[in-house]
Amino acid sequence: MRDTVSLTIDGVPVSVPQGTTLRAAAEAVGHEVPTLCWHENLAPANACRACVVEVEGSRALVAACSRVAEPGMVVHTRSPRVERARRVVAELLASAVDISLAPTVAALVEETQSEPERWEGARTAPPVRDDNGLYVRDYAKCILCYRCVEACGAEAQNTFAISVAGRGFDAHIDAGWDRAMPESDCVFCGNCVAVCPTGALMDRTEWTLRQEGRWDEAAIHTTDTVCGYCGVGCALTLHVLDNRIVKVTSPDDHPVTHGMLCVKGRYAYQYVQAEESGDGPLV
Amino acid sequence: MRRLLPADDTVSPPLSRERWRDRGYHEAWERALTLGPQTVIEWVTAAGLTGRGGAAFPTGQKWASVAQSADPVKYVVMNADESELGTFKDRALLTRDPWGALAGLAIAAFAVGAHEAYVYLRGEYADVERLLEEALALAPWAEAGSYPLAVRLIRGAGAYIAGEETALLNSIEGRRPEPRVKPPFPTARGLWGHPTVIQNVETLANVAVLLAHDVAWFRAVGTEAAPGTKLMAVSGHVARPGVYEIPMGLPLWTLLTAPEYAGGIGGSGRLRAVLLGGAAGTFLTADECRAARLDNLALQPFGASLGSGAVMVFDDTVEIRQVVRQVAGFFAEESCGQCVPCRIGTRRLLEQLSASTLDIERLRDLGGAMRDASICGLGQTAPQALLSYLDRPSLWPRTSKEEECHA
Repeated sequence: MRDTVSLTIDGVPVSVPQGTTLRAAAEAVGHEVPTLCWHENLAPANACRACVVEVEGSRALVAACSRVAEPGMVVHTRSPRVERARRVVAELLASAVDISLAPTVAALVEETQSEPERWEGARTAPPVRDDNGLYVRDYAKCILCYRCVEACGAEAQNTFAISVAGRGFDAHIDAGWDRAMPESDCVFCGNCVAVCPTGALMDRTEWTLRQEGRWDEAAIHTTDTVCGYCGVGCALTLHVLDNRIVKVTSPDDHPVTHGMLCVKGRYAYQYVQAEESGDGPLV
Repeated sequence: MRRLLPADDTVSPPLSRERWRDRGYHEAWERALTLGPQTVIEWVTAAGLTGRGGAAFPTGQKWASVAQSADPVKYVVMNADESELGTFKDRALLTRDPWGALAGLAIAAFAVGAHEAYVYLRGEYADVERLLEEALALAPWAEAGSYPLAVRLIRGAGAYIAGEETALLNSIEGRRPEPRVKPPFPTARGLWGHPTVIQNVETLANVAVLLAHDVAWFRAVGTEAAPGTKLMAVSGHVARPGVYEIPMGLPLWTLLTAPEYAGGIGGSGRLRAVLLGGAAGTFLTADECRAARLDNLALQPFGASLGSGAVMVFDDTVEIRQVVRQVAGFFAEESCGQCVPCRIGTRRLLEQLSASTLDIERLRDLGGAMRDASICGLGQTAPQALLSYLDRPSLWPRTSKEEECHA
């Protein structure tokens, strides 16, 4: 067929539609490739390198999240080179970053039988940035996956409030001249928080409850609804703990939001549970 | 052997119209315009010219793919962001004969159909910047032909990584100089998303001398697989450090010792090692230096390549392990931080090399993963010098106590 591409993945012949990434093609044959920075609704950043695979004829390994399948490619998702690279990536991240709230990184460490202690050395340990009412930034947990930068920028919000600054081991997310978020261009949509895979960005309510030891993932139940603030029709998922809304998200597969919301939809939910304002219209 | 560098008896000032004519660039430009784009690309291909920035990609092939593109907007970029350690040949070339690379740039633009060209210059080269500004104001190619071409000069801001071609494009666009993922290659999606030819200064200078002569003349020097000459920047323990133009395939030993080149080993007079190709290069032992010839094919058995043309020479008073550590420090400083293997790996390499004992297996693991999984050439080659050092126990510290450190 003209619109399909045939290739071999781990010895398994597979045909995929043109434009399919190696990640998706590998998934199609059941050989899932681990990813950390990749997000279904964002352009691949290619930054974490956990998804590298070996393509015969290619000198270096290639990132499966972004490399598009080509006819006749012979791909290995679990070759010794691939496994070494993945293990070292996991070890390096775990040796430098607090991954206690990063389930995908922890899983990679586990899966690759990593020994992060081999690389004891400098760690990323900046102080917690607690400078606004809506979310808290703990960059000691940041793996620099670029998801927040993408979501803030051309991939969703088009605000471009944050970017990577510094270089090498000192590279970090910055709102411009190390500004606090309220002084930056941030519009507090919280889409960066929604896509953060490591807990480096966290809604204030969750942060506070975790600090107080009251955040109980298992006790949270969710209710889907539609945002009532305007006519766009964004789907909301209300996360409820002890009969209080503690977080609002939107499903990543929702055709309107693709998981993204605005400041009102994501954070302006207190009125729902404000006891003192229920007596009648305030006019 | 002087082709790219003007002969010592050249009297015309570097930026004069006389020099433009003396060096044959006027003729080269006229010839290109007469031959037409297609034939110019055929010449460049037939000459066997390869990129002189380090990757040695066939220049004609690069041009052909941009020329073939249906996109009406194309760009040509001169990469003058010379930042590799021990590399100063582009600076010498632009200073001594600025018209060569610029003529090559104009010819490249004409050949691929680009009407806008960029020169991306290393920020620290303020003297070269003034020279280029003057050269672009004179623009002798604009008088001789009817081909409209705007050339802009962009100054880098002190990042080694900006010399990586896709990071360089991001820098021109005003973005952070982080490498882009390839493919797509710049020939397909380059500057502002349009097909782009990026060439090193020296490659473009070769284009100019090629068009000033012909293919047979060009191929008369060098080897079958690597025709032409190469600028080598020799530094360290030699009698006469400097930039030397050699025929491709010249024995490295001749470059180090012949009176017309570096004139002999300096310092203690006893050679310990050469770091060939820059910080991202390969250590060669003294014995290897006597056997190696300077072209990429001949260097393959040594696991080496010409790279940027840097030849750093160390006598036997130099502890190579300390050089390896300094190189690691350089990469830890210059990594952009985009990908995990390079961002954290360069730091870990530096830390491991600063320790009193080296765990070879561990270093090979990390070096291998960086080489395999980093996004760009910086991360992929950052462990190169270290790995070549580990492969050559004769370069390790000699006292028995220190030998134990490597066990």
